[in-house]
Amino acid sequence: MPVEALALELRGITKRFGPVVANDRVDFDLKHGEVHALLGENGAGKSTLMSILYGLYRPDEGEITIEGVPVEMDSPATAIDLGIGMVHQHFMLVQVMTVTENIVLGSEPRRGALLDVREGARRVAELSDQYGLAVDPNAVIEDVTVGTQQRVEILRALYRDARILVLDEPTAVLTAQEADELFQVLRALRDDGVAIVFISHKLGEVLEIADRVTVLRRGVKIDTVPTAGATEQSLARLMVGRDVLLRVEKAEARAREAELEVEDLQVRDDRGLEAVRGVSLNVRAGEIVAVAGVDGNGQQELVEAISGLRHPDSGRIAVGGREVAGRGVRTTCDAGVAHIAEDRQLRGLVLDFTLAENLALREYRSPPLSRGGWLNINRMTARARSLLAEFDVRGGDAGTLASSLSGGNQQKVCIAREIAANPRLLLAHQPTRGLDVGAIEFVHRRLVAERDKGRGILLVSLELDEVRSLADRILVMYEGAIVGEFPSDASEEELGVAMTGGAGQTAA
Amino acid sequence: MTQPKDPVETAPAGGALAGEEYPAGQGGLTPAARLAAYVRGGGIVVPLLTALLAFLIAGLVMLLTGNDPFATYRAIFEGTGLQWLFPWVTGEDRATAALNLQQTLIITTPLILTGLAVAFAFRAGLFNIGGQGQYIAGSIAAVWVGSSFAGIPGLLHIVLAIVAACAAGAFWAGVAGLLKATVGANEVISTIMLNYTALYIGLWLFGLGGPLQNDREATLPVSNDIAEGARLPVFWGDPVLQGLHIGLFIALAAVVVFWLLLNRSTTGYEVRAVGLNPEAARYGGMSVGRNYVLVMAVCGLFAGLAGALDILGWQFRLATNDIQITQIGFLGIAVALLGRSTASGTVAGALLFGALLSGTSQRNLDPTIFEPELASNLTLIIQGLVVLLVSAEVLVLSLLRRGRGLLGGRGRARATRAEETPP
Repeated sequence: MPVEALALELRGITKRFGPVVANDRVDFDLKHGEVHALLGENGAGKSTLMSILYGLYRPDEGEITIEGVPVEMDSPATAIDLGIGMVHQHFMLVQVMTVTENIVLGSEPRRGALLDVREGARRVAELSDQYGLAVDPNAVIEDVTVGTQQRVEILRALYRDARILVLDEPTAVLTAQEADELFQVLRALRDDGVAIVFISHKLGEVLEIADRVTVLRRGVKIDTVPTAGATEQSLARLMVGRDVLLRVEKAEARAREAELEVEDLQVRDDRGLEAVRGVSLNVRAGEIVAVAGVDGNGQQELVEAISGLRHPDSGRIAVGGREVAGRGVRTTCDAGVAHIAEDRQLRGLVLDFTLAENLALREYRSPPLSRGGWLNINRMTARARSLLAEFDVRGGDAGTLASSLSGGNQQKVCIAREIAANPRLLLAHQPTRGLDVGAIEFVHRRLVAERDKGRGILLVSLELDEVRSLADRILVMYEGAIVGEFPSDASEEELGVAMTGGAGQTAA
Repeated sequence: MTQPKDPVETAPAGGALAGEEYPAGQGGLTPAARLAAYVRGGGIVVPLLTALLAFLIAGLVMLLTGNDPFATYRAIFEGTGLQWLFPWVTGEDRATAALNLQQTLIITTPLILTGLAVAFAFRAGLFNIGGQGQYIAGSIAAVWVGSSFAGIPGLLHIVLAIVAACAAGAFWAGVAGLLKATVGANEVISTIMLNYTALYIGLWLFGLGGPLQNDREATLPVSNDIAEGARLPVFWGDPVLQGLHIGLFIALAAVVVFWLLLNRSTTGYEVRAVGLNPEAARYGGMSVGRNYVLVMAVCGLFAGLAGALDILGWQFRLATNDIQITQIGFLGIAVALLGRSTASGTVAGALLFGALLSGTSQRNLDPTIFEPELASNLTLIIQGLVVLLVSAEVLVLSLLRRGRGLLGGRGRARATRAEETPP
């Protein structure tokens, strides 16, 4: 092998935040023309390491070399000058501007004192073609899909001649198909010699796209291994430090009477468009029914209607035989619906409330948590303690603010609260979104345990793996309607066809 | 752009996820959480620093205008009567100090309540700029009831006047809450407009030829005096010389009610949830709109009570002039900001501004030390500085952190993100 300078090398990077060591003597190197994945659970130090690389944080110890030259990374501007491009999880795009305008922002091509829009658009189109990005340079950002917005971010980095591209959890916001398209783009970039850092905690996609994987755990680099020869199981062990069950073990469902009956439900979204078009489904006690589908096919509105947050246009929703459609959250909860919200930070938790207060969100109005309009703080605390222990919430006690917990523990708090309400029907909307393997395992086991206790569970998820491993029956939702019902052993291909509007056959 | 109604829709698909992932590398503690914890932890330090900074800058103003800040502040302090608390002050000085302290506490009383009126709204995520209008509404109601119903028992008269004032204030603020809940009208705008409405209604009612102008002197734009029996008893000092009335205890009782309501009642739980995360509140089955109306009504109740205590405690009548020059309602904003919308902080903030107002009143300042024209404006200068500094609290915080070396050299990235922290 010829000795070629590494595109990037991080040596002995240490970063402390007060007493917390976020990165502890981490080494990381990146070759030209490779995809190097950075894998680790939430809180393992992936984002910190990349923030250091991008000049957002300064390391306490360690050095950074680019193309063999030691550099001082003191700001993102320096990083950009050195050819580093970063695609953040949340895109930094101006919604009302066009693709081209967003891309050239900050380094606009000029003709005299004027912006040379045509030259900009030409270069954007050129780059877009070169790597198969398929982006219309004149489209306005707010009109294009999330996947396209991400490609705009990538183009913006390429426009500034980035040779090192850092992608922070790029697939978290993408559908399976968009993710595939992204991988094709990344392969094209790699073959052109671009060095790519791919941050993720999803094992499957790391194996699919990366050449090498560096695993971080609690700020420490555990190992760097080639993906050839690695398995999901071996990576999970490196990541979590113990063997993890990637598949849920569960017995045959013993479904009984119907807990949820939805009939011909019609719901509109915020813009007044029909989002749910005549959905009928039922969930029986003791079974998990999953609604699978590509994001944006009405799942959000369906969940909101069943949980009482959204008023349906028409149709029936009965919980345990009691009609609740359009009666509001309180009535729906009283009828026995618990709802694990898709977004725990936006909806599931009051981040600046203590855990005891958050755990009271469903039942603060009734004894023993309150009496005659006055809260019983002692009871709230005591109940929080027992729930936190039962659900193994770590990193805080009853008086801790929810915001200071990690994502996995926040989710455990949400789940604890909803299960403690002793629901007939547990509505689980993306219950493992953004969680790492260890936490996912916990959530899945718990859902199966609740099923076995005789609750009805409606799981709405975008993750086909999750749907297939948890569900007893699978319903596929497409453009606001249920287009098919499948048994739990349906193949990914079968489901995929239905999810994209293929033949609406009914199996089983 | 359309009004973002549903955060679910407007947030980017991965927004919240991203918000949680990003700081995960720092031991699972988000920057916002750390800032929030810091604010709580430095609960006393930061407001003190803010006040200190305001006084420092005001001192600079004095210096620039050719005055001696030390002599002036000393004179102001002596004017507040707070030296009455020092046991070594005796004789004549002590008697003067007692008189001054009574004045300070008379002003502190309504400030506590208008401070609570703003603080309660803050806790629900609302900005109540309408304390002034609610205070005026309360004053009008109190003076009307107090000067009517001659001959009924004193205690009943007082209770009636107070209830009327509270109801008037609650109604005045409730209108803004109702507008917000039903048509989404911004409460900042509506409360400001309601301030003007209250002001001009007052000017018309008590003005020349107005329906509530006094019966005896047709050239004076002032109300009738309230009945003797409707006056609040004075417990310290001479009633004739404007001694301290028992309204102070009513205000302090309101502080206790405020704390209990907010921290121990299910209503307060809802209010805080709505204030911190309306979406989660809705998810928890609360009606956000209903809470807005309720919260504003409670705010108005506090401010209306402030008006009643002033009328029944020492003013005894309401002149159009009083309505025009009073600043009590507006000062409540600075009081609540400085007091961080907490019960004890509001009391401390009210005492500070009460002392300032009374210490800079022309009665107390020696014109050779400080011109009276500037003296009365000093309170306004400091009030403005406090509001400005609290608004720029992130700046104060980062200065403080930098001073303690907590931040190292790299504060920028986190300081900007800290601004996303909800108030």
